[in-house]
Amino acid sequence: MLSYILRRFAYGALVVLGVLVFLFFLFFAVATPDDIARRSVGEKATPAVIEQWKINHGYDRPLFPGPGHYKDNLFVRHMTSMLTFDLGRSDADGVPIKQRIAEGAGPSLALSVPLFFLELFVSVVVSLFVAFFRETYFDRIVLVFSVFSMSVSILLYIIGGQFLFGTVLRWFPLSGFDSSPSLLFRFLALPVLVGVFASVGSSIRFYRTVFLEEVHKDYVRTARAKGASELRIMLKHVLPNAMIPILTNVVMAIPFLFTGSLLLEAGFGIPGLGALTVEAINANDFSTLRAMVFIGSLLFVLGQVLTDIAYTIVDPRVTLE
Amino acid sequence: MSEFFSPGPVRDALTSSVIALTVLLLAVIAIIKVRKDEPLAAGFAEVYRRRRFSIAVLVLYCFVALLDSIAWVGGGSVSEGDLVSAHEARSVIDRVFSRPRERGYSAPLADKEFYEGSPLAARHVLGTNVLGEDVLYLTLKGARVALLIGAVTSLITIPLALFFGVLAGYFGGRLDDIIFFIMSTLASMPGVLLLVALVMALGQGTLSVCIALGVTSWVGFARLTRGETMKLRQVDYVLAARSLGVRPARIILRHIIPNLLHLIVITFVLLFSGLVLSEATLSWLGIGVGGSWGQMIAQAKDELSRDPLIWWNVVPAGVALFALLLCLNLVGDALRDVLDPRTRRLRA
Repeated sequence: MLSYILRRFAYGALVVLGVLVFLFFLFFAVATPDDIARRSVGEKATPAVIEQWKINHGYDRPLFPGPGHYKDNLFVRHMTSMLTFDLGRSDADGVPIKQRIAEGAGPSLALSVPLFFLELFVSVVVSLFVAFFRETYFDRIVLVFSVFSMSVSILLYIIGGQFLFGTVLRWFPLSGFDSSPSLLFRFLALPVLVGVFASVGSSIRFYRTVFLEEVHKDYVRTARAKGASELRIMLKHVLPNAMIPILTNVVMAIPFLFTGSLLLEAGFGIPGLGALTVEAINANDFSTLRAMVFIGSLLFVLGQVLTDIAYTIVDPRVTLE
Repeated sequence: MSEFFSPGPVRDALTSSVIALTVLLLAVIAIIKVRKDEPLAAGFAEVYRRRRFSIAVLVLYCFVALLDSIAWVGGGSVSEGDLVSAHEARSVIDRVFSRPRERGYSAPLADKEFYEGSPLAARHVLGTNVLGEDVLYLTLKGARVALLIGAVTSLITIPLALFFGVLAGYFGGRLDDIIFFIMSTLASMPGVLLLVALVMALGQGTLSVCIALGVTSWVGFARLTRGETMKLRQVDYVLAARSLGVRPARIILRHIIPNLLHLIVITFVLLFSGLVLSEATLSWLGIGVGGSWGQMIAQAKDELSRDPLIWWNVVPAGVALFALLLCLNLVGDALRDVLDPRTRRLRA
């Protein structure tokens, strides 16, 4: 058991290292320091200006270790600054990225946590109903609705939600953020609503499939044969057995709660990590972008490793392989 | 690298014509192949029976995109003194809508300009945008952008995923470990963030958006093909072929790939709708492809909060995007129901 856990963590660490090497390749080899400098100071900048920018932002070093600069090169600096969670400074304004991320995590969580639980609750309840009323008009209507809602871009949900509830009905502010509890609700209600609407369609389809797969299994027939009511079968037999795929989905989504939703945060002016990323895109701030991808994948790998370990403990059918 | 692909007008027209022709050719080859394959042909007939309307709409989109892909220089009516467009390759749609620009917004079918009230050069069925461009014209042009992104990216994604997935699944061992590691590494980066990082690193432009979408989307399908190949490897006829000493390359081409065909078809259609959606997201973030519906929607962000309201810019782009995605999703679902034996059980 212990050796399995250790091996699983080691593989996770290897994947994180892989991500770091990939990021280095992407942001230092595909987009060279010269490219990055030119994006910031303009295409027509003189070589002297570009050199000065590179010196100011720490890009004025050789790419790889070599004689005379085994420690002082971009590759070693990139790896150490990420792995020690130093994360470096923003290319755009020199603020430590760590500080930015610490500031943005609160607003991101304030939006993504209620959004996540509301969406989970709505989609599980609706799909349980759909599985209960399978092959009726209710089932069909929900399916049609979910295909329709999947076909609408989230951009249209944001624009439409702001227009309907903000401009026409004037129920909620169009955008903005305030961390005082009374105002927080007013500002977050609309983004949460829009977020739930945008993602509930595909979730319902997913959970419906999960439930329907269980409904056709032998233990359900046995339960029916012993005279259990359909409602009891749904709640006492199907739901607990469907918990494993549901939990996988839930656990896998948790890391992404921190990285926030790029589009919702940008669309509703919530100063979270998603908005930070959008800012970094507009300002050609490559160092922030690198740090965000690294943090995102680190959280994801961690979540995945913990899920796998939790399975071996909870589910007796999972063997240690 | 972005400089190499920067579009001169003539080269752009040439590339788009070449891509359109390639896609058409591939479509013809695919149709011929499918007609030979009896279960697949029967499946398609069933899908056509169920989704006649959606397929008709998709064909319409392809037709509009094709009209915008066939471009040539010279000829046609160019307004006096317009030296630029006289030397530009213009598509059929450009030629149909070759009217001078207005000076700003005008409402659908209005006879004067929206803000200043000056007379218009012509009536516009869907009005004009802030630059005075005809909205119907821009909406029709968006079809080519959307289909181009979907087609080019699929041409990158599907062969890549098939290659690595089949290789990993068939040979297993060390090779499988390496490919699986690459896939886990790519999959561990949050999708949108990876997409954004790739576009930023590659520089903006149609091709880099397609490459970025390709890199982010091949892993899912590669995992699927890897799993299927592992199963197919154990099937009796593959074992028989192997014991007869047939070379692996031949087994893969003759026995493995044909049995993955239904997955390729389903993935292609459902991938396509995901790609178009992702491009809209990129446009909203300001790093998408010029002239896409996503860009039109992104531009209209502030227009809806104005008074009087300007709605005719966002609605056509939104409806066009929605209809394309809906039809793709409906056809994709039908394909999955008909072709994938695993979901058939659930429909029962």
